Amino acid sequence: MSDLNLTLHVWRQRNAKSPGKMVTYKVTGVSTHASFLEMLDILNEQLTAKGEEPIAFDHDCREGICGMCSLMINGRPHGGQRATTTCQLHMRHFKNGDEIWIEPWRAEAFPVIKDLCVDRTPFDRVIAAGGFITANCGSAPDANDILIPKESADDSMDAAACIACGACVAACPNGSAMLFVAAKLAHLHRLPQGQPERMHRTQAMVTAMDAAGFGNCSNHYECEAACPKDIKRDVMALMNRDYAKAALASRDRETKSDGSG
Amino acid sequence: MFARDHATARGIRVTEFHMTWLVRYARSSIGAKHIMAVTGLLLFLFAVVHMIGHLQMFGGRDMYNTYAHFLQSLWEVKWPVRAGLLVLLIVHIIVALGLVAKNRAARPERYAKFKPVVSSAAGRTMAFTGLAVFAFIAFHIIHFTVGWVQPEAFHTLDAEKRWDAYSMFVIGFQNPAIYGVYFAGMVLLALHLGHGAASWLQSLGLRHPKYPVDRLGPLIAFGLFVGYMAPPTAVLVGLIRMNGVG
Repeated sequence: MSDLNLTLHVWRQRNAKSPGKMVTYKVTGVSTHASFLEMLDILNEQLTAKGEEPIAFDHDCREGICGMCSLMINGRPHGGQRATTTCQLHMRHFKNGDEIWIEPWRAEAFPVIKDLCVDRTPFDRVIAAGGFITANCGSAPDANDILIPKESADDSMDAAACIACGACVAACPNGSAMLFVAAKLAHLHRLPQGQPERMHRTQAMVTAMDAAGFGNCSNHYECEAACPKDIKRDVMALMNRDYAKAALASRDRETKSDGSG
Repeated sequence: MFARDHATARGIRVTEFHMTWLVRYARSSIGAKHIMAVTGLLLFLFAVVHMIGHLQMFGGRDMYNTYAHFLQSLWEVKWPVRAGLLVLLIVHIIVALGLVAKNRAARPERYAKFKPVVSSAAGRTMAFTGLAVFAFIAFHIIHFTVGWVQPEAFHTLDAEKRWDAYSMFVIGFQNPAIYGVYFAGMVLLALHLGHGAASWLQSLGLRHPKYPVDRLGPLIAFGLFVGYMAPPTAVLVGLIRMNGVG
């Protein structure tokens, strides 16, 4: 296949304090075998050769499992291809001469650090608020010591596939993080091992989510459509139900506003 | 929760009182969701009862006026229900406005390009349709409860000296302008419920693969729209007249 010449409109922003703007670049000679991130690498080489500052963007494993890559591509998180991260999006899906808009995740809770990099620390705070599970230390437990139905294990694994990339927040018209938080809760709460702290964990993580300044869910499900790991809306229903139980009916110890217990 | 000592950055704090958990729940994101779902559901249930009441127009003047008289004479029930509905409506609107403000603040900067993929227009315009429905309800009360819009049709009596709600209804909807206002109001309500009724099971966490939670909203909205518009449409086309039905 022939190489692509593309016009890119990229968000450039020096740092968190300064205002940013969309800047137009031409990138030439992009192989259709390149991933989207490799295309940006090629552009950055061309920019560096011209003496311009390369575009900052997040990336790490480049095999779709770490959750570092992001990017709003033509108005869709990760480019909008089903269950695909930006690093796994390949340039063969674009045509020669295409115009592509590339923006960072937009949410009050995810401030831009530089160019296309945003600060996703609030996710870490939500995870930290979730605390630990109760498990016996010492010798390794026997296999099948705790019986787990296949369906529960599958459902838990589906939720655990969340890589915390933040596409759900980026896609949500309200900047809500509920799909992420619900996935993290569901992956523990669909297993026996997650039960002892279930009520406290639900309350603590939701409290931490609210404190981080994420918006509220209005059941549009743009998050579900954007999720590169195909997390389903069911996890949010589970969280909504558990939160009512935790807040109104549990005898759990108090959760403070920072999510710690 | 009960007072409990714990060290904070500001020193020892002992001022945690009863029921703070309830306030915290109501102010939380999911608490607000639950409040919206429950108040919305109760208002919807009223709308269903109200609709069934009006379907009695097809039963003729006597049936409808008997029903109207029955409602009006039960003041011990009527006023608490009215007060309850008003409280539900106010809570629903205030919490919604708070959520709109919070959600706008959570996404202050717009994308240069953004493509909504699965969200419906009805869902994204909930605040607008909600306020429009509120305005419609205000008009409806001024029209049929206070009687300012068509005073000539208000407070006439039927043969049994009861308030003639049947005539008021017929005179009201023989006017195409009035019919148009109610048609528009019901379209707005249907749009609002199309998303709202699909949301309440999800918001309360009652989603289950055996029940079609997401299709419930449009289904309910359509049913309510047809049920509400049937009697006025029958009046407009001359099926229900001053001298009888059919």
